Amino acid sequence: MNRFIRKSFAVNLGGIRVRSRCLCGAAAAGPSGSIRQSNHGQEQQCSGTSIAQYDIAIVGGGMVGMSLACSLASMPLTKHLNVAIIDSNPALVNGIRINKQDPPDPRVSTITPATTSMFRDIGAWQYLQPYRHAYFDQMQVWDYTGLGYTRYHARDVDKDSLGCVVENKVLQSSLLLCIQNADFQKRIFPSRLVSMSLNPGLKSKQMDGISSEISRADLAKLHLSDGTCLYAKLVVGADGSKSQVRELAGFKTTGWNYSQNAVICTVEHASENQCAWQRFLPAGPIALLPMGDNFSNIVWTMNPKEALDRKSMTEIDFVKTVNHALDHGFGPHPTSSLLGKGNIFSWFGAGVPTSGNGGFEIPPKVVKLASERMVFPLSLRHANDYVSKHVALIGDAAHTVHPLAGQGVNLGFGDAFALSRVIGEAIAVGMDIGEASLLKKYEAERKPANIAMMAILDGFQKAYSVDFGPLNILRAAGFHAANYISPLKRSIISYASGEQRLPLFT
Amino acid sequence: MASKLLHRVRAVSARLKYSRTLSPTLAAFASSRLLSDVAPSASTSPAPQSSGSSDKFEHNAKSSSVRSSLKDPELAKFSAIADTWKDPSSARPFEGMKIVDVGCGGGILSEPLARMGASVTGVDAVDKNIKIARIHADLDPVTSTIEYCCTTAEKLVEEQRKFDAVISLEVIEHVADPAEFCQSLSALTIPEGALVISTINRSMRAYATAIVAAEYLLHWLPKGTHQWLSFLTPEELVLILQRSSICVKEMAGFVYNPLTGRWSLSDDVSVNFIAFGTKNSQ
Repeated sequence: MNRFIRKSFAVNLGGIRVRSRCLCGAAAAGPSGSIRQSNHGQEQQCSGTSIAQYDIAIVGGGMVGMSLACSLASMPLTKHLNVAIIDSNPALVNGIRINKQDPPDPRVSTITPATTSMFRDIGAWQYLQPYRHAYFDQMQVWDYTGLGYTRYHARDVDKDSLGCVVENKVLQSSLLLCIQNADFQKRIFPSRLVSMSLNPGLKSKQMDGISSEISRADLAKLHLSDGTCLYAKLVVGADGSKSQVRELAGFKTTGWNYSQNAVICTVEHASENQCAWQRFLPAGPIALLPMGDNFSNIVWTMNPKEALDRKSMTEIDFVKTVNHALDHGFGPHPTSSLLGKGNIFSWFGAGVPTSGNGGFEIPPKVVKLASERMVFPLSLRHANDYVSKHVALIGDAAHTVHPLAGQGVNLGFGDAFALSRVIGEAIAVGMDIGEASLLKKYEAERKPANIAMMAILDGFQKAYSVDFGPLNILRAAGFHAANYISPLKRSIISYASGEQRLPLFT
Repeated sequence: MASKLLHRVRAVSARLKYSRTLSPTLAAFASSRLLSDVAPSASTSPAPQSSGSSDKFEHNAKSSSVRSSLKDPELAKFSAIADTWKDPSSARPFEGMKIVDVGCGGGILSEPLARMGASVTGVDAVDKNIKIARIHADLDPVTSTIEYCCTTAEKLVEEQRKFDAVISLEVIEHVADPAEFCQSLSALTIPEGALVISTINRSMRAYATAIVAAEYLLHWLPKGTHQWLSFLTPEELVLILQRSSICVKEMAGFVYNPLTGRWSLSDDVSVNFIAFGTKNSQ
């Protein structure tokens, strides 16, 4: 699949990364180069007399890292593990205070139903419920050509919702509360990872003859920026797209930058918005996601220059451009059916395609801007390997994707839950949790699924970035097919909801 | 594949503990509780194994006048491990069990057993293997409790060692006299204890896969590792085990799926197979 990506898309486009969901200091956009250089000058000394040993060291206490910790805490086989969480964010120690009257933060994530049920299983969802979160059961996707649209409804797959939009700080806080209230041995290190040694040559030393000078245990040793050191059997890199763990472990990545930035903000409507809207414009898609209390979140992808313009223009002008982009801007509305009422697709569907006759709707008007506007560069990045002895990557450290389908953090949560399950299975048979063969099992489970999703999202991004007549008609045909062929629609919804791991073969 | 095997050993350990500690000890305990001035019946339970958990249960001391001191550690151990063996999702299901891994090699079975809570003794006739195993096990405090000895099963019998479970995987096809080897293994097992042996079937298919394919084609093993004539058929193994007072309860085969690269337990005993038996109670 990697080769497929490299072959088809040889053009490199510029940009960097999306809404950084990880609150870890290491992932902060900024002078990361200078931070690394200053670390090389530091002495690798360990302060303190004895070096503590942990079973698992989770580097990065963001949403994905904490979800791994909560998942380990919730399973009987793994709740006895001793876990260290390394993140310099003071909120992890002090707690995250959320005021319910605050307007919504622009940094949100769309949680798929699969992720929601996993959160319920680990007992973290209950901490989230008091705060603002919005389920949506409808989604409409169309583009500027006005040739087609697709309307998805949760009842197409007999479910109540297609997803839930939650602010990142609410997710973070609920995971933190969950882990604090769990009977679980954990220690938060408010510091950053500086270096790591993994003892790779140990086994080969043994084979050559009898080596008696093995003084240290077969563990990974981590050095933190405040001088503490710790040993761990397994180091999990959950530290975001600029992962320090990934770099220290020497994993190579493949990927490219999109020549697009995303403008993110919260807006307010006159009434409740209960549908997720996404319109593909020539420069990139604009998405309107319901957040509850008449608020919606906007993720608008465009080229960097326009992004700067839109960020700096006045609020009133911005609201006007948003309404323009969602409504008549750039092209006409799609008509309810391209080929007339008795269109040729209607006999493909088994039974009546229920939301096909919903008809095209115009998104609700934005009344005012409710938060600051943030701009993030976008890119695609994938680590060639997720694991090696004593190291595993999860979340954005392993893969970053385009936000156009709201899948990024859901892939990360999928990784975290898969890794915790694999660790549990290993403990059940007495395996060493740092062993490469065990970690390869996790990689074999997640890598194909993640690559498939990334390829699809990248494919969409490429397909919608070209304005070419025949391609536009092909895309329109795609919209129609998805809208009117029920099995296809069901399959799309089920895949995007996380119920299906791979797009075709399950 | 190891997980299913270990589940079966775990099941036996549950039955084993229940039958061994419950019947003689608890029955005596129950009778002594009901009739306070009745002296406990002569304890038929085996000598208490060192567990260090007797000091945890001070409440036993109150009625110690009624029960003999031999039973207290047994009961304490029983209650301590009762929670673990009733809970299938325990991380240390073999807590309190003594297991010997005959022919342990580098310790690839001994270490997981130790991590699952067992007190493991690993023996191998080759000194180099024992040295390597010890070095690797010392890297982790959990596995450093494994006792490695460069010795043979026969010597252990001479030392009158006894274990709750005796496991000998892929060894019997290399010994000179399998019947005598089984006698030794059986002598190491306590009554109603578990004995697990795995080996390769003496079949045409085994010749093709375990010798020709594994040694000559795929080079998984050095040439000459196995001699086909030394293989035992399942029937022969069951017979020699029976002659050694072992009753074979379960047997299964290992199959390799070349597409997934994984081994799994199956009913096909034509190549690799594993037998699980219990020692007859005397």
